[in-house]
Amino acid sequence: MEQLIQQTAAGLANGAIYALLALALVMIFVSTDHINFAQGEMAMFSAYLTWQFIQWGANFWIALPLVMVLSFAIGVGIERSILRPLHNAPVLSVVVVFIGLLTIFHALAGGIWTHTIKAVPSPFPQVSFPGSGYIGAHQLGMIVVTIVMLFALFAFFRLTPLGLAMRAAAQNPASARLAGISVDWMLALGWGLAAAVGAVAGSMVAPAVYLEPNMMASILLYGFAGALVGGISSPGGAVAGGFIVGVLENLIAYFGNVIERATGLYIVGNGEKLTVALIIVITVLTLKPNGLFGHVTVKRV
Amino acid sequence: MRVHKLMLAGAGALAIALTANPVSAQKKYDDGASDTEIRIGNTNPYSGPASAYGQIGKAIEAYFKMVNDKGGINGRKVNFITYDDGYAPPKTVEMVRKLVEQDQVLFIFQTLGTPSNTAIHKYMNGKKVPQLFVATGASVWGKPQEFPWTMGWQPDYQTEGVIYAKHILANVKDAKIAVLMQNDDYGRDYFNGFKKGLGKDADKIVQVATYEVADPTVDSQIIALKNSGANAFFNITTPKFAAQAIKKAHEIGWKPAHYLNNVSSSVGAVMKPAGFEAGQGILTASYIKDPTDSQWDKDADMVAWNAFMDKYYPGGDKKSTFPAYAYAVSSTMAEVLKRAGDNLTRENVMKQAASLKGVEIPLLLPGIKINTSATDFYPIQSVRLARFKGETFELFGDILSGESE
Repeated sequence: MEQLIQQTAAGLANGAIYALLALALVMIFVSTDHINFAQGEMAMFSAYLTWQFIQWGANFWIALPLVMVLSFAIGVGIERSILRPLHNAPVLSVVVVFIGLLTIFHALAGGIWTHTIKAVPSPFPQVSFPGSGYIGAHQLGMIVVTIVMLFALFAFFRLTPLGLAMRAAAQNPASARLAGISVDWMLALGWGLAAAVGAVAGSMVAPAVYLEPNMMASILLYGFAGALVGGISSPGGAVAGGFIVGVLENLIAYFGNVIERATGLYIVGNGEKLTVALIIVITVLTLKPNGLFGHVTVKRV
Repeated sequence: MRVHKLMLAGAGALAIALTANPVSAQKKYDDGASDTEIRIGNTNPYSGPASAYGQIGKAIEAYFKMVNDKGGINGRKVNFITYDDGYAPPKTVEMVRKLVEQDQVLFIFQTLGTPSNTAIHKYMNGKKVPQLFVATGASVWGKPQEFPWTMGWQPDYQTEGVIYAKHILANVKDAKIAVLMQNDDYGRDYFNGFKKGLGKDADKIVQVATYEVADPTVDSQIIALKNSGANAFFNITTPKFAAQAIKKAHEIGWKPAHYLNNVSSSVGAVMKPAGFEAGQGILTASYIKDPTDSQWDKDADMVAWNAFMDKYYPGGDKKSTFPAYAYAVSSTMAEVLKRAGDNLTRENVMKQAASLKGVEIPLLLPGIKINTSATDFYPIQSVRLARFKGETFELFGDILSGESE
């Protein structure tokens, strides 16, 4: 029983990692209608910037806003300089650009900061609290930050005129333009905000998994899975999806292990947990193509 | 007649004398060697997911630049040609074919990665071009009967696994063993050696947990291993996961006799990020001096290596063990070429590589020497155990050797 609680807690902690990145993916999808494959590497790059500021003596909570602003600028810069000429290009060209960005950020990080793993200090106090035997302070902090981010994004898209304008620009550029929205700048803004959300994700994830250029490569995959299960158009869905994937993979391995102990029969273990988790994702998507919490997209013809 | 016979004998002796001398001075070359140059081929992952290893290729290149600046080997400059294979075996095959058939190198040296070397293993032996001191610890590189043109260098994973198994059996009372391993050939090679070392006591393994390189953390595995009640832990992980495992075990208060594979024995890349406090008492086997281990700060080899890094590879990471490894393996290669003298045929290079007896190489731990023979293609088969104390690994006990077949 104790192990079951521990495994669930560890799954929630992993889930927070996926959820944070999934939020950045949702951000860019909602505001540009694209899925940015370089989102993970950009988040990783931002995490290196945070680490660099900390190395220079800054406190984490001072470094993070600085890096968010920097990442925002980088995001806007990329959109204005690289993606703008591609506004009318077919989606495949855009995908190739995303993959190009992915390799560029990966190589840049390796070139500047080397590939040796770096420990990023946790911004949360390492104190014991009720239940600290089950989950670390940083892991708990990560979950809290994820939920705070979720509410912030939700409020931004639902309650602010800018959020509404961004959604309009992504979903129906022509009408949005007619309504007086600067679609070009909305897209750039979307990139900037996604990069800033990614910066939080990267800086939160790094203390848990160690900082290195490959840090986000695999997390991106789980982040995608989470975002798709929950619904790529809904921040709340993406966060829920992230947690679901995280807990599910741990419990699959756990119950596989329990069954093996009881019956001697090996069905699933750690080797198959990703496979099983992805099978569940596919099942969900087959039954509910917009994800568990996604909106059904209706387009007027 | 008598005179004639004598003359004949004399002429014969003269002929022998005449031919005997030129033989020793005669220069013999295969493709890739000449009076002025030795061409060596290599592939390394300079791009892609394993690009951290690319430092090894760069450091080897820097090493031979240093050799050339000092006059080369027996007066010949080394031309080290290295290509990027992105850690993709098909690309390795393509690049190695180019090296052998187009660049016409004398031999291939330090191609990196188990999958990459497996992909070119048969090709090299079919072409009879040496595939020397490959950069992988898999146990398949030392089979001179089947593959007389391929040789490894570092202690192989199986040997190391055997050594840990024996140490556990001798030192941990009522051992109940947990194993964490990467789910691939590297992990399985270690695990097979470990099981072989345990022999009939293999049932003392109470739990094995695997992880994929795509997993973000190994926290869940460590929780499961702790709950198995094990009191000994064999940790077969690459650096990032090793640091995670050590940290997590410490966090949840699991304190088994912890055996960490040599792959992750770096102080700078594993123990420091994991936290020194979490790493106390961890055992590992090592054969090379770790540049981040302060006990070697004044060591003559390490001072020379630091000077080399500053001058020839200033962009390199001095906290990584990779450039140190590259320096030691390149020194071995240079020694083999020096011994080959003016007979730079592929056959002779292979023969020299297979007749190293007690050769000392810079940066290897005190007492560890290189030994090869026509039937022993495992150059380094000795390791020393070390225990993490304070901020360094303290060596203890004798030099341990294992035999891999």
